[in-house]
Amino acid sequence: MRRFANAHPVWTAIIAFVLAILLWMIFAIWPPGLKDAIGSKKIFLSALFNGVTLGGLYFLVASGFTLIFGLMRNVNLAHGTLYLLGGYIGFHAADITGYWLLAFPVSFILVGICGVLLQVLVFRRMEGEDLRQTLVTIGISIVVADLMLWGFGGDFVNISPPSWLSGPIETFFITAQRSNGDLVFMKYPMVRIVIFIAAVVLGIAMWLALNRTRIGMMIRAGVDDRDMLSATGARIQIVFVGVFAFGAGLAGIAGVVGGTFQSVAPGEDIRFLLASLVVVIVGGMGSIPGAALGALLIGLAEQFGSVYFPTYAVVLTFLIMVVVLAFRPQGLMGQG
Amino acid sequence: MADITSTSAVRDRRETWLEQVPPAYWVLGIILLVIPAFVSPFFMFQIMGWTFILGIISLSLMFLGGYGGMVSLAQMAFAGFAGYMVAIFGDSAITNISQGWPWWLVIPLALLITVIFATAVGWLAVRTEGIYTIMITLAIAAAFFYFTRQNYEIFNGFQGFNSVLPPMLFGVDWRGPYAFYYLTLFWAVAGYAAVLYISRAPFGLALQGVRDNPRRMAALGYNVTAHRVAAYAFAGFLAGIGGILLTWQSSQISPGTVGIAPAIDILVIAVIGGLRHPIGPFIGALIYVILKTFAVDILIALGLAGERFQLVIGIGFLAIVFFSPDGILGLWEKFRASRNRDPLTGQERGDNPL
Repeated sequence: MRRFANAHPVWTAIIAFVLAILLWMIFAIWPPGLKDAIGSKKIFLSALFNGVTLGGLYFLVASGFTLIFGLMRNVNLAHGTLYLLGGYIGFHAADITGYWLLAFPVSFILVGICGVLLQVLVFRRMEGEDLRQTLVTIGISIVVADLMLWGFGGDFVNISPPSWLSGPIETFFITAQRSNGDLVFMKYPMVRIVIFIAAVVLGIAMWLALNRTRIGMMIRAGVDDRDMLSATGARIQIVFVGVFAFGAGLAGIAGVVGGTFQSVAPGEDIRFLLASLVVVIVGGMGSIPGAALGALLIGLAEQFGSVYFPTYAVVLTFLIMVVVLAFRPQGLMGQG
Repeated sequence: MADITSTSAVRDRRETWLEQVPPAYWVLGIILLVIPAFVSPFFMFQIMGWTFILGIISLSLMFLGGYGGMVSLAQMAFAGFAGYMVAIFGDSAITNISQGWPWWLVIPLALLITVIFATAVGWLAVRTEGIYTIMITLAIAAAFFYFTRQNYEIFNGFQGFNSVLPPMLFGVDWRGPYAFYYLTLFWAVAGYAAVLYISRAPFGLALQGVRDNPRRMAALGYNVTAHRVAAYAFAGFLAGIGGILLTWQSSQISPGTVGIAPAIDILVIAVIGGLRHPIGPFIGALIYVILKTFAVDILIALGLAGERFQLVIGIGFLAIVFFSPDGILGLWEKFRASRNRDPLTGQERGDNPL
């Protein structure tokens, strides 16, 4: 961080300034002039919270994608399909057993197994053939999407969280001040906050596992130079299968989260595939911190866009991607 | 794919260009010209017209992918963009947006703006390579789709434009089955010939050099980025022609035309046919159109549910890309190579049986 500050003093100043304004907007009681200009603070805060929690969801989907791409150079355009499959599996697991929490391990394991099958049956046969991998995974996603439409139907399904998580809680963020001097605090759905915290914890755990453990060391070495790693005697195919299973399992968990946040329906697979593509393009391929930053940016852009300029919300996301590509083609945190 | 041996010094007199056309083209050309005498108007308008249109759009992808090494999923977005421009500047049922300008202004203008759009996208996409290009063009196509769906001032949102009709030129109704068949046939042949010509012209050869080894081409003094962007511009032009024809055929343009599924379909068509030769996209388009039109009937005839036709197309596509990355053309070449091999020894035969 200090190195960045030394190398780019102007950028550091701009980022610090923006952060300071943001913090002020979050914690201060807004003066009336600001309220007239851009609407009430409540709208702003809920857009912010929705954006951050949506970013958490995007991070869950995109981190698996970026991990798989970074280590194996596998282009898995069936990642959105894994997400949707996880959502459906989670819905049925929660529906049958009645335990919401059980949906997560079931989804993780089953979708992880699908990931292992993909790696063993598809990707191992066509290592290094980008275009073929793309085409085959597109074909798989078309076929599986239709199979899921057949098996699970075309309706929107919603995974309902348990009673102790549903309903809003009062946060310590002030949205307004009443005329009699009382402060109005913001209410926000409990489940979103819990899931966001879980995503953050998971992200930190992944970062620690990558940077502090032996397996993480092997994975990072594999990202840098795969052939050299296998020459030193590491059993790289097992690492590959493990990483693919983990990345796919993350997509499955994200499916359950997405089903709780929003809903599970046909077409969501493409939406989340695109979201994770944009996130990893913005953040930088193969970088977990990049995926976190990209997910946060895209989530915020989508939510603020849909609140303040509803017509062009998607274009805002796209604009971020174009600007990043134009100035940093390798992504914000990408190497090279 | 110029055949060097046929231009050797053995030939003692200069052949006219008509004599240089291979016999296969004569046969195919005559079949295509006389087909309307034998088939129903539905077949000509829906099957053949649609095949030529999808073939032209896929041809633009084949040009980028096969000669430039850049697989772009934004081709359908370029095509749809051209269709939208024709609807916006020309005539449609949405009179408060459509300008109603004459066709001789609208069509060149639409193609020009499409080329500018494609150049801008290309300039962005060539900053990346290989798989990144696919992802970025997919993201651009998706952004264009969502933009058209949400913008009501220019693109008329979810409904798009209907009653976008071709001009009544020379007193002919160009949406009639015969006229439309020959119109699309003309543009398909023109596009095919143009791609074939460019692939042998200096620009096309340089582009293929850039595909094979960009660093060496840069060292030789070629501007790699400019060649790639120019390829995008030309591909955008081709896709634009296809898009205008597509808009006339269905007489409407809406976000559904430029969605993500159609964008992937274009890739499917180009890959099923084969990215090696400009005839590939047309073969792929014919297979795709026939499947799309008749898969439901076939499924119902076999006693299966008709709505599973997407599954049939997906499995067929999967089988082709899994077993032959070069599509139908690749399978054909394999077949020819195996014909040319002695079944006992496995050696190549000395004389060419074909």
